[in-house]
Amino acid sequence: MEPRLLLAHRQISLIIRKFAFQLLEQYPDLSNTAIIGLQPRGVLLSRLIMEELRSLSGQQSPLYGELDTTLFRDDYGRGELHIPKANRIEFSTEGRQVVLVDDVLYTGRSVRAALDALLHHGRPAKVNLMVLVDRRYNRELPIAADYSGVVVDTRARQEIVKVEWTPNDYKVWIRQP
Amino acid sequence: MGIRGMKAEDIALIFDTTDRFKALLQNRLKKVATLRDITIANIFFENSTRTRVSFELAQKRLSADVVNFSASSSSVSKGETLIDTVKNILSMKVDMVVMRHPVPGACVFLSRHIDATIINAGDGAHEHPTQALLDAYSIREKFGDVAGRKIAIVGDILHSRVALSNILCLKLLGAEVMVCGPATLIPRHIRSLGVLVEHDLQRALAWADAVNMLRIQLERQDIRYFPSLREYSMNFGLTRQRLEAAGKELVIMHPGPINRGVEISSEVADSPQSIILDQVENGVAVRMAVLYLLAQKRSIQHGSNA
Repeated sequence: MEPRLLLAHRQISLIIRKFAFQLLEQYPDLSNTAIIGLQPRGVLLSRLIMEELRSLSGQQSPLYGELDTTLFRDDYGRGELHIPKANRIEFSTEGRQVVLVDDVLYTGRSVRAALDALLHHGRPAKVNLMVLVDRRYNRELPIAADYSGVVVDTRARQEIVKVEWTPNDYKVWIRQP
Repeated sequence: MGIRGMKAEDIALIFDTTDRFKALLQNRLKKVATLRDITIANIFFENSTRTRVSFELAQKRLSADVVNFSASSSSVSKGETLIDTVKNILSMKVDMVVMRHPVPGACVFLSRHIDATIINAGDGAHEHPTQALLDAYSIREKFGDVAGRKIAIVGDILHSRVALSNILCLKLLGAEVMVCGPATLIPRHIRSLGVLVEHDLQRALAWADAVNMLRIQLERQDIRYFPSLREYSMNFGLTRQRLEAAGKELVIMHPGPINRGVEISSEVADSPQSIILDQVENGVAVRMAVLYLLAQKRSIQHGSNA
């Protein structure tokens, strides 16, 4: 099977814009909101969303952090060696509205690990999940996205979703493993 | 086992992992569940406070189960051999052993006879790899990079495992290293490791960016290597006067335990230039990184999901 282009650059830019508007709609003043990108690939999306939010809302921008979930994965010592990435959260999430951002929601295991990791920074009032691609029907845990760019139905082991973040040329492909 | 045998990229991996653990230790919740199915025995055949506590904290913050064992309170005093002692402990399903032993090479010897991951917490006057890693990490943290920095190691080089591991580690990472001390405490062939040798502390201070002061290891000295501690201190003790004479912002390090007034004056040890307590803080994060990486490798090799 030839790789299939799921989202082209223009569509991804529009989705990022849409996400920014959705956040502004739900949290008008953003002062108690924290946008947190998941390492390694969610942070590329979350940084773009933050850029968009800053240009839309001017002064008012939410807190921003990047969360590493490596130490909280449920597959430690299985398969490959997992090396922790940088964790940059320089505020307490206690009582805040947290929006977790990742590129692809698939089995839901990374998000479970992220929820665990998040507890180390306080007890948020609320946690939402924002993803560029939601691979429906492939969940292994009861986790759902609150905001998604696109929802796709893919066969678990026969297809993979690949997001490319080349500057000014973002693309999402579906291809064979 | 030792710094010897490690590659620069292994150390880079440990340091990157240490960054993550150091950040974790700043959180209110410092503990992760990563090693919850790993049991570790800390076997110390020689006294230690800092290293043992540091390892134990690192293990507990990774949620490993820990048993501590020291030679004075064990069957070793009843005549049991090293291999038997450790085999007995391992038969109680221990996955990893952290060992300190007075005999150089004890860890390597043990690893040939038992199937467990062994971490060397100091073997005689040979190596003390995690100390060298935390020293180099502290230097990296202070200067941004280890490569190209000039580090002087001052004191009892002959009896120091910290010195040997530090030299190997710093050279591997591209630093320049000088050893300084009385001629009797500098091993004759030390230059073969690619280090400079100096017998005048003031000249060493003038050369260095950072100076690592070592303790005089009286417990390992079977003969007299210098006339008196007082005389040693007069010649090789780091004081404020000597630092001022060097006329620059030297970084002061010490692996502990400090003998105030011998190799270092209180004033210097407590000065803002001293990173002695940062070294201790970094020690826990470095050991967490080493344990995390080694336990993971072990689990992958043994197929913990089977």
